[in-house]
Amino acid sequence: MESSHPGGLTATMRNFSRNRMGMVGLAMLLLAIALAVFAPVIAPYDPAKPPRATIMDIYLPPSAEHPFGTDDAGQDVLTNFLYGARVSLMVGFFASFIAVAIGGVMGLSAGFIGGRTDNILMRFTDIMLVIPDLPLAVVIVALTKPSLWVIVLVIGLLGWTSTARLIRSQTLSVKQRRFVTRARAVGAGNFYIIRRHILPLVLPLLVVNTVLVISLAILNESTLSFLGLGDPTAPSWGQMLNFAFTRGAMSAGGWWALLAPGIGIVWVVLACTLIGQGLEQVLNPRLASHNLSSTKQMILRPPRTQSQHAPQAPDQA
Amino acid sequence: MASPLVAVRNLRTLFPVGAHSVFRAPATFVHAVDDVTFDIDEGEALALVGESGCGKSTLALTLLGLERPTTGSIDFAGQEMTALKGSELKAARRNMQMIFQDPYESLNPLMRVGEIVAEPLIVHKLANARSDREARVRAALEAAGLKPPEVYLERYPYQLSGGQRQRVAIAAALVLEPRLLLADEPVSMLDVSIRAEIINLLAELKQTRKISILFITHDLGTVTAVADRIAVMYLGRIVELGRTADVLTQPRHPYTKALLSVTPAPNPRLRKERIILKGETPDPTRLPGGCRFAPRCPVAQPLCLASDPPLTALETGHTAACHFG
Amino acid sequence: MRTKDVTAHVDEKMPPTAAKPVLSVCSLSVDYVAPPKPAAHAVQDVSFDLGRGEVLGLVGESGCGKSTLALALMRLLPPAGRIVNGSVRLQDIELLDLDEARMASLRWSQIAMVFQGAMNALNPVRAVGDQIAEAIRQHDRTIGKAATVRRVDELLELVGIAANRRTQYPFQYSGGMRQRAMIAMALACNPAVIVADEPTTALDVMIQAQILDLLSRLRRELGLAIILVTHDLGIVAEICDRVLVMYGGVTAEYAPVDLAFNAPRHPYTQALLHAFPDPDHPQAKLNSIPGAPPRLDALPPGCRFAPRCPQAMERCQQAAPALYALPDDQFASCFLVEDTAEDRRGSLDHG
Repeated sequence: MESSHPGGLTATMRNFSRNRMGMVGLAMLLLAIALAVFAPVIAPYDPAKPPRATIMDIYLPPSAEHPFGTDDAGQDVLTNFLYGARVSLMVGFFASFIAVAIGGVMGLSAGFIGGRTDNILMRFTDIMLVIPDLPLAVVIVALTKPSLWVIVLVIGLLGWTSTARLIRSQTLSVKQRRFVTRARAVGAGNFYIIRRHILPLVLPLLVVNTVLVISLAILNESTLSFLGLGDPTAPSWGQMLNFAFTRGAMSAGGWWALLAPGIGIVWVVLACTLIGQGLEQVLNPRLASHNLSSTKQMILRPPRTQSQHAPQAPDQA
Repeated sequence: MASPLVAVRNLRTLFPVGAHSVFRAPATFVHAVDDVTFDIDEGEALALVGESGCGKSTLALTLLGLERPTTGSIDFAGQEMTALKGSELKAARRNMQMIFQDPYESLNPLMRVGEIVAEPLIVHKLANARSDREARVRAALEAAGLKPPEVYLERYPYQLSGGQRQRVAIAAALVLEPRLLLADEPVSMLDVSIRAEIINLLAELKQTRKISILFITHDLGTVTAVADRIAVMYLGRIVELGRTADVLTQPRHPYTKALLSVTPAPNPRLRKERIILKGETPDPTRLPGGCRFAPRCPVAQPLCLASDPPLTALETGHTAACHFG
Repeated sequence: MRTKDVTAHVDEKMPPTAAKPVLSVCSLSVDYVAPPKPAAHAVQDVSFDLGRGEVLGLVGESGCGKSTLALALMRLLPPAGRIVNGSVRLQDIELLDLDEARMASLRWSQIAMVFQGAMNALNPVRAVGDQIAEAIRQHDRTIGKAATVRRVDELLELVGIAANRRTQYPFQYSGGMRQRAMIAMALACNPAVIVADEPTTALDVMIQAQILDLLSRLRRELGLAIILVTHDLGIVAEICDRVLVMYGGVTAEYAPVDLAFNAPRHPYTQALLHAFPDPDHPQAKLNSIPGAPPRLDALPPGCRFAPRCPQAMERCQQAAPALYALPDDQFASCFLVEDTAEDRRGSLDHG
């Protein structure tokens, strides 16, 4: 028995579970989340009580004692990496939540209400779109006291534009479909139509978008931290990179201090991209190809020799 | 004589065209519906026939109150529809329901049949008890010929054939027990064999439930089995109106004659001289001065370009707007 | 013979070859395979001949296999489609033996297609004339610029569009004109055969009449052979010479148009005709065909129409009737015509 429609959210998720690429991405992301959540259990040291470090402990290569080596302060890179995952992921999730919420509401209202509201909202979106995000974020964060929540807020408030555009266009196309006119003809109000007819068809797209916004937010946070604008009380992967880069990891040959956070960032971004692409394939089954080039496959009939029978002349006379 | 269920008088729906802002009033209008007058009796089916762009769909949307008429009046069951607003309009709309052309597009793909048919009840806050609502949904599905209803309740539109989908749309219209059905090209997307089923269903609803029907179509062939009267529309105007048999056998307006001549006959022996009009319906923003049909009319005279013929009665219940009708 | 240059045939078709068909389809069968599901037999054992200047109507309800048949002729089946048997001969060339490169050169230049809803298939940001010119150059790379423009004007005029609209864009065309432009594009390389899949669906009756008029003029003036895929018997009655009624992937009836309408022998053809409204008898109840066409992946064991057939017999449930040849070039696959049949052919057991 079919329990849901292929276009809906539940069915999308079920089909997604059959998408290999998407599932690999999901596994990668879940692993990263698990490492972050269980950091206190896994981490060999407590970052709040670092072991007393001497000059001899700086940039130690990976060993049994320090699997990922030590950094410029003689601290364990693995420990910092695990705790940094917490910060990076948290910023990614919260900032993308803000961005998607703003973008979703903007896109839905612009697309659904249309007319002047659409015009005003979209011109505003355009302005936000042309302002370069990063320099603005740098200025804002530099002007405030560096704190994790400021960074979350800035990334969220600057990252909603693509969501708004996407959701607007989807809303517009759903709004023009006949079943919306039918609902109107029945006498349904705007709120009912949005809730019952528009939102269910916009939702799968919003989910795809959210995944991509998360990776973007993590990248942005890393960039800000790498530029030295991170919250010093909550070291993220970007900040680890910053410390390693500015405090001579390369000249001291301590490549491991750069490698761990770098891989972490790439890992999470790749995971999100894979999930996003997997979801897109599920939502867009028409990406399937045509078999024009594979003639041998298309024609499977037994080979024929000059069989020249026309319908008018029955061949089994 | 009992008063008609619907009485439309001098209805006009104009759309502004081109750039209009707060500072500048629109210069031109599309005369989508221009001075249209007709009645529909209780239990009568009126066919509204014309090419796309003639204003027939706008007329239906205006009747429903989804488009605001510019002038004119719509009397529906003794109520002036054009004066209604908000909850009054919503309540009046309960009595007129619309069926759309494309059963693939007019049903929400994510909703089950049961939900689609129950939707009008929910919107109008009727039959709030669950058992009551279910009973009415089942009755509507049965009335639309989807028997037994249990088979269909849990299905999604994509699991149904085109004909079944159109029946679901009809069930959703019937669940409010309306007095008027507006059917906008209800069969033009369907296979011929399924067309017959849907047309028969509409004819049956008309007879057994005394539901009035406004059947909108571009194809004269599809209305013969259900319509009592036919109104032919051209560029926002009704150019001929009469009993079905009269219009089909003695068309008086040259446009009706042309439409009839191109309606495919169901037999190659009946291939007839087709009166093929050149081009398509002209731009409704720039209307010709005299008769609107004159520029495409095969029998137009100088008089036609000069003066616009009014709709005149020819015999009982048969009117046409032609100088030479 | 098969290695002969394709272009030579363009000249060969000019003298009227009344006896020899332009397109000859024999025992064509197409399956849709999507493992692990069983194969769906979308077209089974369909044969027909198409002469020069002839219009063949391919009729049936949706899902009867008529569009699949049309696509198979063009070798444009979707990925799951497989031609499992039969032959398609276009002017002595066996299309199913060609490699894809040779087929591509024949497709459009010899056998072109007007798709359903084709008027929406034009590129919205390119002038209509340029798009037609592209179709010409695709198959004749030696043609000069001036010659191309001349040819585009000629084609537009042929389908009744003023040459000065060559530089206009699709949005400046009406629906009917876009469909004409698509026909002009199909005519670009002087094909011998055009396959038109529901060319007038979604168009107004007046525009439909214009398009049908255009098609009958083209076959008269150019000797174009046309396969018209439609579900509308009215269109068939208007312009077709022969009709092939398909049901559940097989030929139900294949006959000259007058016989198909006035002396139909297959109960399905009869039922289709009864479902058609007759303007001369208004208010008459229409006869619908109860039930739905069979699913092509779950065909009934006997005659495919038996479950819906008002005249079905015991025998129809068990065995599928062969396609019987009747007098006057009429063929029907129904046991009821067995007695009057002159011969049988097209049964599944033949070689």
